[in-house]
Amino acid sequence: MITLERRPEPSRMWQAMTPILAVVLTMIAGGLLFAVLGKDPFEAIRTIFWDPLFNPQFASYSRPQLLVKAAPLILIAIGLSLGFRAGIWNIGAEGQYIVGAICGAAVGLAFYPTEAIYIFPLMVLAGAIGGTLWAMIPAVLKIRFGTNEILVSLMLVYVAEQLLASMALGALRNPDGGGFPGSRNLQQYPSAANPELIAGTGAHWGVVAAFIAVIAAYVLLNKHLLGYQIKLTGQAPRAARFAGVRPNVLIALCLGISGGLAGLAGLFEVSGPAGQISIDFNSFYGFTAIIVAFLGRLHPIGILLAGLLMALTYIGGELAQFMLGIPSAAIQAFQGMLLFFLLGVDVLSNFRIRIKRKQVA
Amino acid sequence: MDFGSINPLILLASLMVASTPILLAAIGELVVEKSGVLNLGVEGMMIVGAVTGFIAAVNLDSPTLGFVAAAFGGALLSLLFGFLTQVLLSNQVATGLALTLFGLGIAALMGQNYVGIRAPATLDVPLGPLADIPVLGPVLFQHDAMIYVSIGIVAAVWYVLTKTRAGLILRAVGESHDAAHALGYKVVRIRLMAIAFGGACAGLGGAYLSLVRVPQWTEGMTAGAGWIALAIVVFASWKPWRALLGAYLFGGITVLQLNLQAAGFKIPVEYLSMSPYLITILVLVIMSRDRSRAALNAPAALGKPFHASI
Amino acid sequence: MSVLLTVDGLSKAYPGVIANDDVSFLIERGEVHALLGENGAGKSTLVKMIYGLVRPDSGSMTLNGAPFSPAEPRVARASGVAMVFQHFSLFEALNVAENIALGMENPPAMRDLARKITDVSEAYGLPLDPARLVGHLSAGERQRVEIIRCLLQDPKLLIMDEPTSVLTPQEVDILFATLRKLKQEGTAILYISHKLEEIRALCDSATILRRGEVVATCDPREKSARELAEMMVGKVLQQTKARGADLGPVALDVRGLSLPPATQFGTPLRDVSFSVRKGEVLGIGGVAGNGQDELLAALSGERGTRDGVFVNGQPISKLGPTARRRIGILSGPEERLGHAAAPDMSLTENALLTGHVRENLARNGFLDWARTKAFAERVVKEFDVRTPGVQAAARSLSGGNLQKFVIGREVLQSPDVLIVNQPTWGVDAAAAAAIRQSLLDLAAQGSAVVVISQDLDELMEISDRFAALNGGHLSEAVPAAGLTLDQIGLMLGGAHDLEPA
Repeated sequence: MITLERRPEPSRMWQAMTPILAVVLTMIAGGLLFAVLGKDPFEAIRTIFWDPLFNPQFASYSRPQLLVKAAPLILIAIGLSLGFRAGIWNIGAEGQYIVGAICGAAVGLAFYPTEAIYIFPLMVLAGAIGGTLWAMIPAVLKIRFGTNEILVSLMLVYVAEQLLASMALGALRNPDGGGFPGSRNLQQYPSAANPELIAGTGAHWGVVAAFIAVIAAYVLLNKHLLGYQIKLTGQAPRAARFAGVRPNVLIALCLGISGGLAGLAGLFEVSGPAGQISIDFNSFYGFTAIIVAFLGRLHPIGILLAGLLMALTYIGGELAQFMLGIPSAAIQAFQGMLLFFLLGVDVLSNFRIRIKRKQVA
Repeated sequence: MDFGSINPLILLASLMVASTPILLAAIGELVVEKSGVLNLGVEGMMIVGAVTGFIAAVNLDSPTLGFVAAAFGGALLSLLFGFLTQVLLSNQVATGLALTLFGLGIAALMGQNYVGIRAPATLDVPLGPLADIPVLGPVLFQHDAMIYVSIGIVAAVWYVLTKTRAGLILRAVGESHDAAHALGYKVVRIRLMAIAFGGACAGLGGAYLSLVRVPQWTEGMTAGAGWIALAIVVFASWKPWRALLGAYLFGGITVLQLNLQAAGFKIPVEYLSMSPYLITILVLVIMSRDRSRAALNAPAALGKPFHASI
Repeated sequence: MSVLLTVDGLSKAYPGVIANDDVSFLIERGEVHALLGENGAGKSTLVKMIYGLVRPDSGSMTLNGAPFSPAEPRVARASGVAMVFQHFSLFEALNVAENIALGMENPPAMRDLARKITDVSEAYGLPLDPARLVGHLSAGERQRVEIIRCLLQDPKLLIMDEPTSVLTPQEVDILFATLRKLKQEGTAILYISHKLEEIRALCDSATILRRGEVVATCDPREKSARELAEMMVGKVLQQTKARGADLGPVALDVRGLSLPPATQFGTPLRDVSFSVRKGEVLGIGGVAGNGQDELLAALSGERGTRDGVFVNGQPISKLGPTARRRIGILSGPEERLGHAAAPDMSLTENALLTGHVRENLARNGFLDWARTKAFAERVVKEFDVRTPGVQAAARSLSGGNLQKFVIGREVLQSPDVLIVNQPTWGVDAAAAAAIRQSLLDLAAQGSAVVVISQDLDELMEISDRFAALNGGHLSEAVPAAGLTLDQIGLMLGGAHDLEPA
């Protein structure tokens, strides 16, 4: 009979090992999935994980894409991780991402065609504020009425998607665009553009922001009282209350920060790689970032690595789609599997597996 | 703008059709939550049910078998969630989300070759003499079988929960799993059964979308129905008949805004499309304001992990 | 044969501790048999094996001469063994009848069951209304539900685990009358307790456990309480040192404190008033569920009150926990893991939990981990906390050691006022004595100390004055010296509409 026995204290070794174990298990399960689809599993795994980085045929295109795809994931996931640690579940990062993009783009387009050095910083500010305000809706409702933030933030994602469509077709539509939906291309408007800073790396301001966020989160969580209070609230809410943590302040801060970071990610994306507000602007970064946050064990450095890994699966997935005909939905299933395996093997950090023989009375 | 083109009787009939997927998912999740488990993966289970049901119905040329397959598919996926949360003690919120993400992906994968195909038609089952009642007859009593099944499930859940010993045990597990365990009840087993039931119902709800309501398969066709079902469970204060009311209200709003769009109502289409979600938020806020009443009905052990420590 | 149950060589070990080691004894029909031992002696594990919740590692049992090894409680119940747990297995949102039905194998239909409940409960002097929600019942009434649940199944052996910890002295008398009636009807009772006077009043024979082993079997009526205690603990008990009587000005003043209940099934505070002087120990007694948690939360700052709390003359009602710590009023909640300390955090991190204000562990919010670690190490050293180190997680400590850490953490911060709730609950005797001594020492240094406890012996030992908390009301505080059990019982509110059987 197999039973789980609680460890006297969480095993640090397993806490570090579980993400790696989860990745390995996912590769195996993913390989099986590909085999079922009629593709060679080894070739598929290699195409997804190895080729984009090291195969000379693709690397020059794929490698810069790594930072492009990873930056928004990391930026959003860092914000989410703070809330998740405190038991505050912001599931609507996708909506905050969209609203941040809309606000930032709107500010930029409002200035068109003026060229000035203050335009981009204002857009950045607008993006962050937009995302924060969108996240403050569930925050205020939770503080004031105790409403569940999971469902409210999620509903607001659907609202934001409709808002996006409305903007792309209406208020922000490019007047010189020949009647097609979508805003003016911000990449072609130098003051509002978010260009590649170092050629060939894909690094734009969003990448810089992501790195800053990682460092700031690390300092916050390990060296600051607020970070300690966030951790405490998630682990032992009654003890947090006893310690003097004010839950409403924490709710507002966590949702506000994650909303702001998601909004920033949206802004950097719309003024950079995406280029414009269009109906299909949303790319589910907000949801994938949830996986990144857990895969990184809610730890800033872990999130950095997990974000890079997840970006790799995106790029590798595109490559596999192109080269092997593996459908993009398979990658989404793959990513979901990764989260499953991680959650499953996580049991090992708090419990030991014991095999007992049948008892004799 | 032509309000005259909106026929209230047809509105009522299409309301029942629109509400049924959410009703099925909600009643299933209600049972799960009554047992103390929060399964956020309803969206994932619904869409897996939708695609499984569609594939089975098309290949076996039978919508009934499609529904059966959908129930199985949903239940199977939910047991994955059950295994992770009840046996491996993973965090319920994160695992539910993982279920949704995974479900959306695997459903898209399975349904690739089935886009654009029509499903075998699910016939209406007029309820004999009842269908001949003037005015209300065609509206209420001439629907496909699944609508009646869904209402039947609500009635059955209400009966089992309030009048039978099995229902009492389930409620007890949801109130205090430690006390239930101390009394010798198999908490994990009971919860897994509830989770499977919830998965089967969500699967049926999804299949209703792909086989009756639309009726086609498209990627992501549930469009948040699973999340709305979760909100309806809260609205219902975990009472089965109120879940019926909530689902029908929501279905009513959805159908109304679609009709308003078609009638050329002077609000942009996107804002009308937002309305169901905004109203859901409003409902959630109203429900959470009345804390004392909600607290009395929310299972006390909802969302808490159970580890038998002897 | 008049022997009902024999237990022969039962043993059970868990990782790191041997709960029961070769335990043997027997119980006769109609006998009231005590199982005596202090916290951690192995009483709970032993009865769980008899009830089928736990499988023994070795040993055997017989019931009525036949081998008895229940695989689960259901089997034990079917064989005629019933148990009333110390921590009730009740469902607050369900009513009495539903709760009882859940504890029975084949309960009759609800209407019949309700009638049976009314009949049986009246017959044994423990009346119950089947339709009431358990959440609205007092602790004593909830115990009645547990007992009636057992009685409805005609048990031959009734096991009771620390039943009187939730009862007032008058309720204890009524319970004993019920138990004597059962004994007359031939039901055997296995009575677990560490309350020596009760055992001497009620029981025919006693098995004494210490550290998992049987150290004696005797007739408790023939032994003095002191002899029993020494057999339980195994050594001569230390008397706590008497403290001086120099009292300073009033440090904590509470006037007319009222608070609505925190949860649906909680207890409100009603117009609570008391004051404590520097150097004084005020003991507040009362069975659980009468407002202790609420009182502590109101004083620690976790719940705000309109007004009515003053420290050194300063009003603090509007202040939160952090501000109160700055002023000098600290507290120790009842629940060690999850409230006083975060179970998965290290002792160092837990030291930060309350210590960062008075010990200057943070500057502009940035934490000084070195200082925090030093503080934690000081607590561990001065309070003899057995642990591999301050990096160990709080949940890895034993109950007694964690309690020493949690109380020590507050004591070392030199509070002007310290309030503790159940400071020695579930703690072994040595640690409990150390904790009590540290509270007395703190008072001797000039702090005002309030001890809220269910343990009347403990309160009589260390308090200067005593007050009783009952249903959210606090009685007048009276000098502790010379109080009799009857007087205390009346202060605690007498019996809740019980009649003798």
